[in-house]
Amino acid sequence: MALTGLQIYKLLPQTNCKECGFPTCLAFAMKLAAKQAELSACPYVSEEAKAQLDAAAAPPIRLVAVEGPGHRVEVGNETVIFRHEKTFYHPPGLFLRVKDSWPLEQVKGAAKAAMDYSVTYVGMNLHLDGVAVEAASGNPEAFAAAVKAVREVTDRPLILMASDPAVLKAGLSAADGVRPLLYAATAENWQAVAEVAKAANAPVAVRADSLDALADLTEKVKGIGVPDIVLDPGVRDPAGTLTTLTHLRRLALKKNFRPLGYPIITFPGEGASDTIEEAQLAAEHIAKYAGFIVLDRFAPEMVYALLAWRVNIYTNPQEPIKVQPGVYEINNPTADSPVMITTNFSITYFSVANEVDGSGMPGWLLVADAEGMSVLTAWAAGKFDAEKIAKTVKTTGIEEKINHRKLIIPGAVAVLMGEVEEELPGWQILVGPREAVDLPGYLKLWKSF
Amino acid sequence: MPVEIPVEKWPGRVVEETLGATAAEGGTRSRVVKVGGENTLPFMFTDGEMPNPPRVAIEILDRRPKDWSPLLLEAWGDVVDDPAKWAKAAEEAGADLVLLQLSLTRDGDRPTTAADARAITRAVLQATGLPILVFGPGQVDADNELLVAVAEEAAGERIVLGICEEKNYRTIVAAALANGHLVNGRTAMDVNLAKQLNILIADMGLPLDRIIMDPTTASLGYGIEYGYSVMERLRLAALQGDKMTQLPMLVTPGFEVWRQKEAKVGEGVPASWGDWRQRAVLWETLTATNLILSGADIVVLRHPETVKRVQAYIDRMMAR
Repeated sequence: MALTGLQIYKLLPQTNCKECGFPTCLAFAMKLAAKQAELSACPYVSEEAKAQLDAAAAPPIRLVAVEGPGHRVEVGNETVIFRHEKTFYHPPGLFLRVKDSWPLEQVKGAAKAAMDYSVTYVGMNLHLDGVAVEAASGNPEAFAAAVKAVREVTDRPLILMASDPAVLKAGLSAADGVRPLLYAATAENWQAVAEVAKAANAPVAVRADSLDALADLTEKVKGIGVPDIVLDPGVRDPAGTLTTLTHLRRLALKKNFRPLGYPIITFPGEGASDTIEEAQLAAEHIAKYAGFIVLDRFAPEMVYALLAWRVNIYTNPQEPIKVQPGVYEINNPTADSPVMITTNFSITYFSVANEVDGSGMPGWLLVADAEGMSVLTAWAAGKFDAEKIAKTVKTTGIEEKINHRKLIIPGAVAVLMGEVEEELPGWQILVGPREAVDLPGYLKLWKSF
Repeated sequence: MPVEIPVEKWPGRVVEETLGATAAEGGTRSRVVKVGGENTLPFMFTDGEMPNPPRVAIEILDRRPKDWSPLLLEAWGDVVDDPAKWAKAAEEAGADLVLLQLSLTRDGDRPTTAADARAITRAVLQATGLPILVFGPGQVDADNELLVAVAEEAAGERIVLGICEEKNYRTIVAAALANGHLVNGRTAMDVNLAKQLNILIADMGLPLDRIIMDPTTASLGYGIEYGYSVMERLRLAALQGDKMTQLPMLVTPGFEVWRQKEAKVGEGVPASWGDWRQRAVLWETLTATNLILSGADIVVLRHPETVKRVQAYIDRMMAR
């Protein structure tokens, strides 16, 4: 939790020596609180005060990164419990689990299918983040071989799962070029596992079945010199997970409880009996506070839904996703193709563009700068009115591209028809359907309007 | 190291409402369904209690749907031609509630009349013992005419009349007041609009335990995050003690999801979208599950498989 200027002042020498460049220690403290000065500017601050100030400046949930040559995942460093309070910053990493007890070809095939998967959603290319390799065999050679097989098909980060430190080590040596997450240190093996993590400069997950035991473990692991820790509180059922993960988020943010101020790893597949149930649990974990999510099942429809949900939840509520205003050409339109207008809210744009695209019919789509609002919202807020529509038509140069003067406005703003006609003399204003999904049918009839 | 569990006790509580009336209460339902009553965020039993689980309503139409996905028509079969049979099938599919959606027109495109609405409502009430909700076609004039007739026909049954919006709430609230029903008040996704409509409805004398609020929602992938956060904010306001937000929330993920391509169609979509059948159910299931996590007390669904999935999740969450 950030300290106030006065709290910082109490930790400073209070000599007003001015060597920091500020007239008084209090002024310097105020600047520090506002993050407009660096503590290193004070030559006389004590080591103890420095440690306290550093600790206070650290985020309540530590940022933890895993990395492969082709992809980096950062989780943690969240600042709110509800996304509307500000935003969620670091989407949870989604990993698929494979096991070294499977035939190598199966390990490779499963990892490759999951890592090759990508889907386009609102113009973004979405994919999973990496592979978790579990040492189900307990055998170092088998584990190393499985890790190696996975590395051959992906450059993304890995989670190495083994309880035996020697097995983990074997996996690490096969995971060349990757900074994996090591899973997991427990009450039984924490010392050895933490040493492995320290030597590899890798983050380590700790697992315990109670928060008391979990806090003990993180302190021990941190004490050995491993700062990057991930929590597994051991719950697997959806109700227990929701409750425990909510408690952990509250402890970190509201109580500033450092021993549990780390990202959390979950295993929705362990609490589910099929794909849809696993997706329900994973969706809950995306919304409610997971940092790493390890899936046991891979199906394109499941992963698509989860990736879209992750984007939705981690969208900044204060900043709608926008597309660039302007003219968009769909299916190679010509001078006699229809002209439609909509707003620059990404979901609105993509709903309309996808429908026109899917209809196979060519069209010009004008996108008005409505500050990223949907049609009705923008209309209600005065950001998508007759004047804005007319301005978009005139400034996009669409008039030079077409040989007609017909403009389709969204059915939801049919009331604007008269006003738009006044603003755009010589244009015929047509009221399109209310829903984008009805556009293909409408466009088929367009010639007759 | 002893860790103190950070419990949050809230001063506010959502109003508990009773849908439906049995013979003892002047109706003909085989049982009543209670919603709301929680003084905690969804399923946070360390903080408070949630006396009633979130409920699942199945949406049925008064005539064969014109533009529904073939997957839905396949799942329901021939019952879609008869709202009474459909209501019975919905009950058998495990619904807690049946939502009857009236259409603007009948076969042959003649408008639905008040007499039609009465007959259909009567038939549905006879076919199922579950409490019902009846929604008008969504055009102010038609809603006013049809819902008043429905309210009279179902007098004493404690049904939910919808959609009650700012432009037509007076007629519908009056019909609910006169016949002992509840209303579903819908606003655009906005905390203040929702609260304002609740105030307008309550000002007409309808007790709070007969008002459900419907903050409108959106499908996964199509703006669900707006609805999700508006519901979280409404529920937090309720728990913090703001009386005019302390109402159970109803949302319609079925309607929202089944008009999107992900659920509706199986052809002409990217291969990365995967198996259509599985995807459609998944899309509706995840949308509903996520909305329940943000505070929904009633979710209105369309596919029977989704109903099973969502109820299984609710059961696991309530069993704790």
